[in-house]
Amino acid sequence: MRLEKRNESSALVLIAAPFAAVAFTLSVAALLVLWAGAPVGRTYSLLLQGGFGSVFAWSETLTRATPLILSGLAATVAFKARLFNIGAEGQLYAGALAAIAVGGLHGGTGLEWSPWILFPLMIVAAALAGAALLLGPALMKQKLGVDEVVTTLLFNFIVLLFVGAMLDGPMKDPTAMGWPQSVALNGELELGKLIEGTRVHSGLLFAAFLAVAMWALFRFTTLGFRIRAVGANARAAAFAGIPVTGTVVMVALLSGGLAGVAGAIEVAGRTGYVTLDMSPGYGYSGIVIAMLAGLHPIGVLLASIFVAGVLVGADSMSRAIGVPTYIADVIVATSLLSVLVATLLTQYRVRWK
Amino acid sequence: MMDFIGSLGDILGNASFWVAVLRIATPLIFGTVGVLLCERAGVLNLGIEGIMVAGAFAGWLTVYGGGSLWTGVLVAALVGAAFGLLHAWLTVGLALSQHVAGLGITMLATALSYYGYRVSFPKVNTPPTVTPFAPMDWFPLPVFDAQTPPTLLALILVPLIAWLLYRTPIGLAVRMVGENPQAAEGQGVSVAAVRTGAIVAGSALMGVAGSFLTLSAFNAFFFNMINGRGWICVALVVFAAWQPGKALLGALLFAFFDALQLRLQQSGDAVLPYQFYLMLPYALSIVALILVARRATYPQALMKPYRKGER
Repeated sequence: MRLEKRNESSALVLIAAPFAAVAFTLSVAALLVLWAGAPVGRTYSLLLQGGFGSVFAWSETLTRATPLILSGLAATVAFKARLFNIGAEGQLYAGALAAIAVGGLHGGTGLEWSPWILFPLMIVAAALAGAALLLGPALMKQKLGVDEVVTTLLFNFIVLLFVGAMLDGPMKDPTAMGWPQSVALNGELELGKLIEGTRVHSGLLFAAFLAVAMWALFRFTTLGFRIRAVGANARAAAFAGIPVTGTVVMVALLSGGLAGVAGAIEVAGRTGYVTLDMSPGYGYSGIVIAMLAGLHPIGVLLASIFVAGVLVGADSMSRAIGVPTYIADVIVATSLLSVLVATLLTQYRVRWK
Repeated sequence: MMDFIGSLGDILGNASFWVAVLRIATPLIFGTVGVLLCERAGVLNLGIEGIMVAGAFAGWLTVYGGGSLWTGVLVAALVGAAFGLLHAWLTVGLALSQHVAGLGITMLATALSYYGYRVSFPKVNTPPTVTPFAPMDWFPLPVFDAQTPPTLLALILVPLIAWLLYRTPIGLAVRMVGENPQAAEGQGVSVAAVRTGAIVAGSALMGVAGSFLTLSAFNAFFFNMINGRGWICVALVVFAAWQPGKALLGALLFAFFDALQLRLQQSGDAVLPYQFYLMLPYALSIVALILVARRATYPQALMKPYRKGER
């Protein structure tokens, strides 16, 4: 088997590729549904309804999509510069902790400032916490050549344990009956709901705004150009006089910052406090979303809604028909791999010889 | 302080501590050697974390379904090899990003295992158990006589892999495609075949690493039971400078600190919240990476996809 570069990709191939990827993913998942002994058609229709079938389903999907957009953007900006930040999960938790540290009530010892000051402060603190967490691995990569994938992954475990220690100790909610949960966020800092009676909150608009802002950054600014240049070929970028280390540091701050903000928005929009299970792997899903979106910030919006819909739909389908919710993770992982392959096949032709 | 040194002495003087060190080291030895094989051939395999989950689950399920313990280990190896084949197709055949393909395989293997577990056992609260490997009490050495046979296998594997890498034509081919694939191709070595073989074999070892946890260290399958062990193996290979002997040393050293933090955490005079002791293994891995960073000599073609005829 040999790959041969296509001189130009036909429109047909470009359109067919994502559909082929989706069809492949759905057929893999169908086999698993059959294994679980459930009817495939009904399982898929329940999944679709649960994710997108009603106002309530949409509200849940969009609620779930909010942190995914932010972590997807975090992965997008990092991967564009070939900084493989797999630590968004830890950065998200660091941001959530920082948000509570600034905006928490702390048994009456919280900051009693106007929410107009406190809210931006909370967001900035979360962004800084996430950014600081990625700065170390980014510098280690640039200065020492330590692979950032392994360091950022390992930091996820360290941060989660640190969160656990904080929830047992200084940030413990004394009224939570021993449940590991942090003190509550100041109610004045909570984000308003977009639709009355649902959980979808204004954090969604903030996330969407940041997606547009990131698109503008890549499209119109020098930094955006530098990020793309460093990602395309760091050595060539250095030759062209682009400060590579400086750019990577900026990317680390942006990426870690976005993941940290995801944590703060989750606290302010959904949970109201930090728990150890507040993120079911949003940080890791962000990587899938970034790849599905082809590292395009606006694509991240769509990919997040797709992934969120699958996750929410699987939850509701599983309650109705008993197929394990992990089917959603299989669908997400398979779609990542099949989209990668499909994208490659739009650029290369397979020659069997 | 004297108290601390005293209790440290108590811990180190106890045979059960060293038994634990060897037990903790075993899956790391399998996993590290597996990663080492892949990376020596020039391919980063971040599928390890998920492949370990799949190996742990498949091995355990085989034994639970009535298979023998060694059949369980074999099935774990085969499942690992199957994911390895997928990894090889993506990273060698199609020359996709090794980072993303590996993470994708970790996600896929983990999701499939969890899904399989839930389909097989929809409504269990306490995980079903199997009878794990018994200690080799016939073995004439203390500490070793409390280990299970797979530990022995791991210890034999290290010199075997070293011999394979440095003393056989296969090993030479593996190292060549990891250092300079163009030159290897020029010598008539098929880069794709050698890399695929190395990834499949390495991934099989990762599967075995996972099965040690469900068939020797514990007797059941839990969610999150791999808990970053795979990533630690990836760090250990860098620490070991891609040499099997040093990989064994690294795994043992690492297991020593892990066993130590467990004991310190349980001893009465633990001064820090237990989470800080649990951080130690991950923090140490990062420190180890920093320490060796300056003199690390990566296989030259590591993480560089090779497409025949393309430069």
